[in-house]
This record gives sequence, structure tokens and C-alpha cells, in this order.
Amino acid sequence: MTEASGVPKIKIRGLCKAFGGKQVLDGVDLDVMPGTSVVVIGGSGSGKSVLLKCILGLIEPDAGSIEVDGVSILGLPRAAREAVNARIGMLFQAAALFDSLTVWENVAFGLLARGGIGRGDARGRADAVLTQVGLDPSVGDLSPSELSGGMQKRVGLARAIAARPDILFFDEPTTGLDPIMGAVIDGLIVDCVKRLGSTAVAITHDMASATRIGDRAAMLFRGKLVWQGAAAELLHSGNAMVDQFTHGRREGPIQMELRR
Amino acid sequence: MTHALDAVAAIGRGALGVVRHAGAIALFGAAGLSHVLRPPFYGRIFLGVFLEFAYFSLPVVALTAVFSGAVIALQSFTGFSRFNAESAIAGVVVLSVVRELGPVLAGLMVAGRMGAAMAAEIGTMRVTDQIDALGTLSTNPMKYLVAPRLLAGVLALPLLVVVADILGVFGGFLVSTAKLGFNPASYLASTFQILTTNDVVAGLAKAGVFGFLVALMGCYHGYNSRGGAQGVGSATTIAVVSASILILMFDYVLTELFFAR
Repeated sequence: MTEASGVPKIKIRGLCKAFGGKQVLDGVDLDVMPGTSVVVIGGSGSGKSVLLKCILGLIEPDAGSIEVDGVSILGLPRAAREAVNARIGMLFQAAALFDSLTVWENVAFGLLARGGIGRGDARGRADAVLTQVGLDPSVGDLSPSELSGGMQKRVGLARAIAARPDILFFDEPTTGLDPIMGAVIDGLIVDCVKRLGSTAVAITHDMASATRIGDRAAMLFRGKLVWQGAAAELLHSGNAMVDQFTHGRREGPIQMELRR
Repeated sequence: MTHALDAVAAIGRGALGVVRHAGAIALFGAAGLSHVLRPPFYGRIFLGVFLEFAYFSLPVVALTAVFSGAVIALQSFTGFSRFNAESAIAGVVVLSVVRELGPVLAGLMVAGRMGAAMAAEIGTMRVTDQIDALGTLSTNPMKYLVAPRLLAGVLALPLLVVVADILGVFGGFLVSTAKLGFNPASYLASTFQILTTNDVVAGLAKAGVFGFLVALMGCYHGYNSRGGAQGVGSATTIAVVSASILILMFDYVLTELFFAR
């Protein structure tokens, strides 16, 4: 399922990955056009996180190709891979904040790692980004363990956007949050993506979040993309699998593997 | 016949697993060491681990060393007095402590303290995606997490062993002079007479190797932990046990290397 024209920011073709005997990704084709937000939906274990980790180089796919701006990024030497990753910001499912560092050090981590900036300037930049995600700069001196789940997600978002990446990934951004905080995080994500002009890929099984974040949406089922279209069409896509998933019906083409 | 073949196959699989594991640990250690030598260097991380290793392990190592030296003096006396060889006790204490007990006991104590701490910290980072997050923030996890810990292990344990040696000899000296009636001056003279530079250097070299092994086991098992809290717990246990066994194995190898004639 690919876009018809233009050079995609991210182009994935025939991506396959198996763990042991389980085929998690089975020939995924996906184009993400510049400046758009694509939401990938799918059940638990459908391969959404593996897809993101393959793009990030954290997991090596068994087959297929991944291009960013028309350049293949698979099999790159470490330095070149790090250069690609420097253009990507990632918000992890549980925020994945470094608990040995303070909040501001977490936010400024990527800036300091890339060099060319002192700790004083990095602190200033971290404070500014914390403000952008609706947190008071005084939070910067706290430890991540002192924050609520929603605040941790905001700090994770601040860390993801601190280096102004042109690609942003969001892994289940609203999981574990109450609906109001989920909406707040979604709003921040949309604001950040628009402000930076970034291309975004989000994976989620929260339908409200998917329609709020995404311009386009795709559904992953048993390692394949079974539907792709405008995110606004998610709730009335006409695809039986998507309809069953988005409406949370027990009956339909998707049969859960339950032991009775 | 089938059962016999199954048994042989199981032994073969086990042997292959051990070899595969040993190879993976060797490659992991080599990769970690290569990052010690190549920038960027994470001095702040190194200093934190070094302090934890050297300074905060001091009490446990010091207590172990004092009582071990004292016990050696007592045990030597009960044995040697049967042959009127009490004069050898000062030499036995200092050589036992400097050559063997100092490095081995400090290594085992630090394996329990720092090996477990490293495996738990890095393992938790693994199962909470923090290591993946490092990769997305232009930071090589081997360079950031592993290299500073390996370097801290190699440098910190010899320092601890210097303290352990001094306190171990002091423990023996205390018991010998206060309880067994030795003359302090002649006890110390015997101690320094028998101790050579080679004994001290060999003990410190052993400590460097043991420190590396403790850090390597902590980092390797933490880095490769899987499966949430249970996986981290299991990685921590394996790190301590494997570091302790490797310390004793390498102690034999290094003793052969330094002292066998």
C-alpha cells in the first residue's frame, strides 16, 4: 500500500521480520510523505513496535528495504546510522526516561551527545522545550521517578523534539493515560509536529488518539498492512478488519487466539 | 539406543551453548574495551561508577580483609605451633593476604555488590527501553554504559586491594601481638622481610583482572536481560555467580602464571 506520487520521506518495501517461528512482519510496504502524520494501528503483537524499531535500526529486518529521503538506511556503518538517527526523535511507550539523570538532563541528552553545546546552553534549551510541552522549567531539576505518567510522557516528548528532528516516531503515546491527559498529549504532539514541520509516524491502538494525531492511517494485521487511507476515514473505512478493530467488536474476520 | 542418543545430543547442545556463550561474552568484552580507547569519553559516568566501586565498597572489603588476616594468624598458629614454626606466621599471613586473599576476597565482595548493581541497573534500562532510547539519541550504549564500567572495574579493584592488603596484614598483626604474644617489632620485621615487590604487583594485577571480570559479567548479563522484572532478577543472579566462578578460575590461571616454578 503505497502513495501514488512524490518522493516519500520514508519508503518501506517488502519488510519482513520473524522471531523464531513467528513471522511478525510479512512484506510490509509503506510510504510516508514529507510533512504528513501516519498512524499505524493494530492489535497487540501485530508488529507495530517492530516496524518502528526496524526503521530506527534497533532491529535488523530479515528482508526488504527502508529508505529515508530516497537513501537506503539498512546495513549502514554505525556513524552513518547515527547520522540518520540524529534526524529522528522518538517518544517511547513508557517514555523510557533515564532514571539516573534529572529531567532537564534527559531533555538535553541528545543535544549534549551531539556536542557543540555547553551544559549551560543545553539547560536553557531544555527549559524552553519543557515550556513548549506545558511543563514548568522548575520540573527540570526533578528526577523522572518523581513525575506522574502524564508528565513523564511530556518529558519524553520534550526529549524527542529537543533537537528539532525532521522525523518523529510515537510509540503508543497515550497508553496508560486517562482520556483527558491522552487528549492533552495528542494535542501537544500535533502542535510539535506542525511547529517543526516534521514527518511523523505513530503507532497506537487508541482510536481517539489515532484520529487526532494522524493525517493518514494504516492497519497492520499478522505482519501485513491490510488497509491504508485517510485517518478521518478510520471509523467508516468499509474494510471489515478495520471496522471490527476500530469498533472493538468480538465478531468479525479477526479471530483472537484465546484458550478456552 | 534412542535414549542414549538423546543424552549425547543434550550434552552436545549444552557444550555448544557454553561455547556460544563464551564467544558472545568475549566479543562483548572486546567491543567494550575498544570503546574505552576511542572518544567520546564519558568521564562523568566513569567517575560515578569508580566512586561506587572504590569508595562505597571500602567498608565491606575492609571488614572482610581485617577478619581474614586475623583468622589466618589464628589458624596458622594452631598448626605451626605443633612444629615449633610460629616464626613463620608473619610470612604466612602477609603472603596469603597479598597474593591471594586480598584480591580474591575483595573481588568476591565486589562481585556481590557491584556486579549485582551493574546487572540490575543495565538490565532495568534494557527492559524499560532506555537502552533503545540511547540509540535514538546519538549515543552508543556500549560506549556510554559498558566502557566506563569496564575501566572503573579495572582501576578501582587494585585500589581496594591495596587497602585490603594493609588491613589484612593489620588483622593478623593484631591477633598475633595482642592474643598470641608476638613481639610487634619482630612481627613487622618478619612481614617486610618476606614480602617482595613481585608479590604486591602480582596481587594488584590479579585485582585488575578480577575487576574487569566483575564489570564484564554485570554489564553483559544486564545488557542481555529479557522479560521484565524476573529477567532482571535472573540476570543479576547470573552476573554475581558467574563473576565469582570466573574470579576463582582466573585466580588459578594467574597464580600459575605468576608463581608456578
